[in-house]
Amino acid sequence: MSLENSTLVKLNNAGFKQNNKWLVEGVSLTVEKGKIVTLIGPNGSGKSTTAKIALGIYKNIEGSVEKYTNKVGYVPQKISIDWTLPLRVYDFMLLTEDIKDEAIDEALTLTGVMHLKNKNLGNLSGGEFQRVLIARAISKKPELLVLDEPVQGVDYTGEIALYELIKKISDTLNCGILLISHDLHTVMTATDHVVCLNGHVCCSGTPMDVARNNEYKTLFGEQASQILTVYEHKHDHVHSDEGQIKKN
Amino acid sequence: MLDDFFVRALIAGIGVALVTGPLGCFVVWRRLSYFGDTLSHSALLGVTIAYSFELNIALSVFIISSVIALILIQLQKKTNLPGDALLGLLAHSSLAVGLVVIGFLTFIRFDIMGLLFGDILAVTTNDIFVIWTGGAVILIVLKLIWKPLFASTVNYELAEAEGLNPDRAKAIFTILMAAVIAISIKMVGLLLITGMLIIPAAMARNISDSPQKMVLFSVIGGLLSVLLGLFSSLEFNTSSGPSIIMAALVLFILSLLNIKQSIKLKN
Repeated sequence: MSLENSTLVKLNNAGFKQNNKWLVEGVSLTVEKGKIVTLIGPNGSGKSTTAKIALGIYKNIEGSVEKYTNKVGYVPQKISIDWTLPLRVYDFMLLTEDIKDEAIDEALTLTGVMHLKNKNLGNLSGGEFQRVLIARAISKKPELLVLDEPVQGVDYTGEIALYELIKKISDTLNCGILLISHDLHTVMTATDHVVCLNGHVCCSGTPMDVARNNEYKTLFGEQASQILTVYEHKHDHVHSDEGQIKKN
Repeated sequence: MLDDFFVRALIAGIGVALVTGPLGCFVVWRRLSYFGDTLSHSALLGVTIAYSFELNIALSVFIISSVIALILIQLQKKTNLPGDALLGLLAHSSLAVGLVVIGFLTFIRFDIMGLLFGDILAVTTNDIFVIWTGGAVILIVLKLIWKPLFASTVNYELAEAEGLNPDRAKAIFTILMAAVIAISIKMVGLLLITGMLIIPAAMARNISDSPQKMVLFSVIGGLLSVLLGLFSSLEFNTSSGPSIIMAALVLFILSLLNIKQSIKLKN
């Protein structure tokens, strides 16, 4: 059918203000079925905030969010779990939805942590816990996956395998993925659409479009040019020290 | 030996323990023990109102505790005071108001000790009816909101992001807290209700590795506490509330010994 039906979540000029300070503003983006949209940008540029706006965690936002699915899997960047709860990996897998045992085993096997199924969540290492978080999010077979730096703390080989897994999930489940990642190589190779944030949308488009963009280069400097050929481009604005935008 | 009043107390106590077990786990997990205290202190005001207007005590306590919970939520939104200060403010002021009102009600004979510490002699068949029907409703509602409540206890943002509506679950749970206090006030007394909620749950935490087990052990611990407490209350002529709580404390201490043993075994 039409394009409309493949849209999972759409942000229209969305922004969020906390204590009279904009965390992010003027973000428009669309996540569609089977597509990976990646948010990049420096620390404090509003990537996690944008993800939380898309998920509906923040209520009093500017602009609007249109969400067309309730089957959502979320891997947050920071998660604090209170250890007054006796919680095994198995219990955690069932946290938001009752999933069949086979689906749990499958997801844990895919992320390489099947052997931890009956371990207490509090006894896992950072990388192991991260793999469990990803397993939990994918075991629900969601239509929309929101992954906020999903491989933080995972060892290097595991990181590559997990990104491959994420790409595979997007293809096999035909789910849309909103990904936040610092790994520019992954971003540039596995992603359909890149949104470069710095308190607002600096630039967006296909990985190549963004790579050609001037601001992207300013933001990522050396790291950016390691991966991509340096393109000539035109600045349309610069940032002052306070983060305000000045048009050239 | 088993007088009629004692059988009534046993049936009532078992009903209370079945409800405080699962709710107590959430009180421990969500760190609500002082919140429970505040609600139960305000229950005194509910009791005095019940006497003044000849209302059902459980109903009156339930309404007053719910109102106090609502006031607390409003104060949290409108002031910058920390949560524990607000809880203390409400707990002590509602207790004070309740005591002052009692002072005015000179025409009614009051058993203050019974109110504060529970009185097994006072349990009527009507109380049993209130405890068991109220308790059944509380457990059914808790079962219905279990998923969102538990998920948001583990992590609020995950629950919210994945569409579980944790705010609604939290509001309903607050009402359940008021209800459990209302039905257990006669057995345990308003000073010790929070003990009945948290001590069996704390005992269960020591010996559980999953949430379901903790709920199960918390219920079993509560039932044992009620049985031990009531029998000793009858035997030594002590107040029922303190006797039940002391039994719960003994079980808690035993659960600590169990931990030490299992550590030794591992070593």
